[in-house]
Amino acid sequence: MIKCKNLVKIYKNGDNETWALKNVSFEIKKGEFVAIMGPSGSGKSTLMNIIGALDNPTSGSYFLEGKDVAKLSEDDLAEIRNNKIGFVFQAFNLLSRTTVMRNVMLPLFYNKLPKNERKKRVEESLRAVNLDPNRWDHLSNQLSGGQIQRVAIARALVNHPSLILADEPTGNLDTKTGDMVMDTFRKLNGENGHTIVLITHEPEIAEHADRIIHVRDGEIEKDVKTNNKH
Amino acid sequence: MKFSDLIYETFISIATNKVRSSLTVLGIVIGIASVIVMIAIGRGAQGSIQDEIAKIGSNLLSIRPGSQQGPGQQVSQGQGSAQSLTMEDITYIEEGIESVKAVAPVVSGNYQVIATGTNTRTSVTGTTPNYTEIKSFEIEDGSFFTDSQVNKLARVAVLGPDTVTDLFGEGASVVGEKITIDGVNFVISGVTVAKGTQDDLIFIPITTAQQYLVGDEKLSQIEIQVNSQEEMDAAETEIEALLLEKHGIDDPEEADFRIMNQADIIATASSVTGTLTVLLGAVAGISLVVGGIGIMNMMLTTVTERTREIGLRKAIGAKRDDITKQFLYESIALTFFGGLIGVILGYVVSFGLEKFIGLASDISGFSIALAFGVSALIGIVFGYYPSKRAAKLNAIEALRYE
Repeated sequence: MIKCKNLVKIYKNGDNETWALKNVSFEIKKGEFVAIMGPSGSGKSTLMNIIGALDNPTSGSYFLEGKDVAKLSEDDLAEIRNNKIGFVFQAFNLLSRTTVMRNVMLPLFYNKLPKNERKKRVEESLRAVNLDPNRWDHLSNQLSGGQIQRVAIARALVNHPSLILADEPTGNLDTKTGDMVMDTFRKLNGENGHTIVLITHEPEIAEHADRIIHVRDGEIEKDVKTNNKH
Repeated sequence: MKFSDLIYETFISIATNKVRSSLTVLGIVIGIASVIVMIAIGRGAQGSIQDEIAKIGSNLLSIRPGSQQGPGQQVSQGQGSAQSLTMEDITYIEEGIESVKAVAPVVSGNYQVIATGTNTRTSVTGTTPNYTEIKSFEIEDGSFFTDSQVNKLARVAVLGPDTVTDLFGEGASVVGEKITIDGVNFVISGVTVAKGTQDDLIFIPITTAQQYLVGDEKLSQIEIQVNSQEEMDAAETEIEALLLEKHGIDDPEEADFRIMNQADIIATASSVTGTLTVLLGAVAGISLVVGGIGIMNMMLTTVTERTREIGLRKAIGAKRDDITKQFLYESIALTFFGGLIGVILGYVVSFGLEKFIGLASDISGFSIALAFGVSALIGIVFGYYPSKRAAKLNAIEALRYE
């Protein structure tokens, strides 16, 4: 489903060239739960930006469900992100003073889904992350950290994306709520068959995935299966 | 993004920053309100000047003698010094010009007027009964003199209300009383209705004035009323041609008379007040621009504050257009609300000025439409740059913005 070939990303700053990615190639199949792990500066964020269609690689190709995304324009990338990718961020990025339902609905504002479908989708997503329906009408700033991140995951699900891309989703959470969030991802992967790519620098978090791609200095260091039951 | 979604988002966003939004909107409110008030006052002034002119009479042409310049004389004497207008001209005009409704000759001058024990100096107008119709004079008490009194050189006088007050005291009943004008005895036959202007004067038959006061046949003016506004210019041209012919003058440059068209006077007055209106509007317009800059300032702050939100919206699929629209709608909404409140405020203030201070004001539908249009336009103009700036933000950097 994801096929990256010879991805190179060079950042230019005056005369300085920084090679954030040096010739990275890998594939991710539908229904996989993959962690991309590496220390800061390893290039994992750059890789996430490219996989997430937020940025174009300097060279190389990136096929998402058979479509070459590497050279699309900004607006076309926005459409890809809207249709195929669900983002979960470390900082949650919910709109404050806005209800849970409205937050989850946000991606639907940017596509052509009929209005009467929206509510159904939102409820379906919130149920999938096990958020207490009593909280659905609360404002996002009235929720706890674990609840907030589950709302954010529901927002990532609402468009029925091909890929859920989670960037350090537990980075702002304590261990217990972090585990709860990871259980949510596990369940989405196991029961609902969602493809999940997790970006993290914490080995314990990466262990929740089925496969770990280790990135270091802009290259794939190793690509291993974990011994999670599958 | 659907229009209804945009409206909702705009509303939420404005409601979130109530204090800041209202303060910013205040700039537009004041700008729009002052534009409306200023234009209303300008138009009010224009209206009252036109009313005053209309009181003098409508569709008037007035002919005065030209300057005297005899053969071989290089020195021109003042306007009206020529004794070129005669009673014959009145006949020519009455008989020769179709579009003329009424013609009245005028001989005027300032004379000492004496009643029992008091005296005053005022303008005495010798004319015919036609004059009342042409100049919109009405009679309050008694009657105006008649044509037969004119023919008989009757020594009767019609007084303006201020003259009555000067000579006899306020509200005195004076019909039948006697006065002397320049030593000649007259009987008061009537008093005119107060007009606000032209209230201190005396009318006497033209023949009497020529015989007893002036001592010659010259006319100081001919007043003409034309049938309709549309015929004014044509009538002026025809009269000029007729009088030139009758006076035996070939070159219009050497005419011994001058025709003044009331339409020209109104046009002059209107252009003065029109300039005043534009000036007042422009001053108010400046405050509107200042208000617009306030909007821009606020929108820039909003964009900076909401950088992460913009990043998020872009990450989940908002295109540049969506972001541009979102912020543009916000600034248009602000200025539109400002415009709405400003129109109401402007209306109330104009009304108050007229009601309590007596300053004439005339609110035009045009200025209200203009105010709305301008306020929305300001929203677009001053919201454009901030919203473009928001749309250009890089999603990745915006998401990381602290």
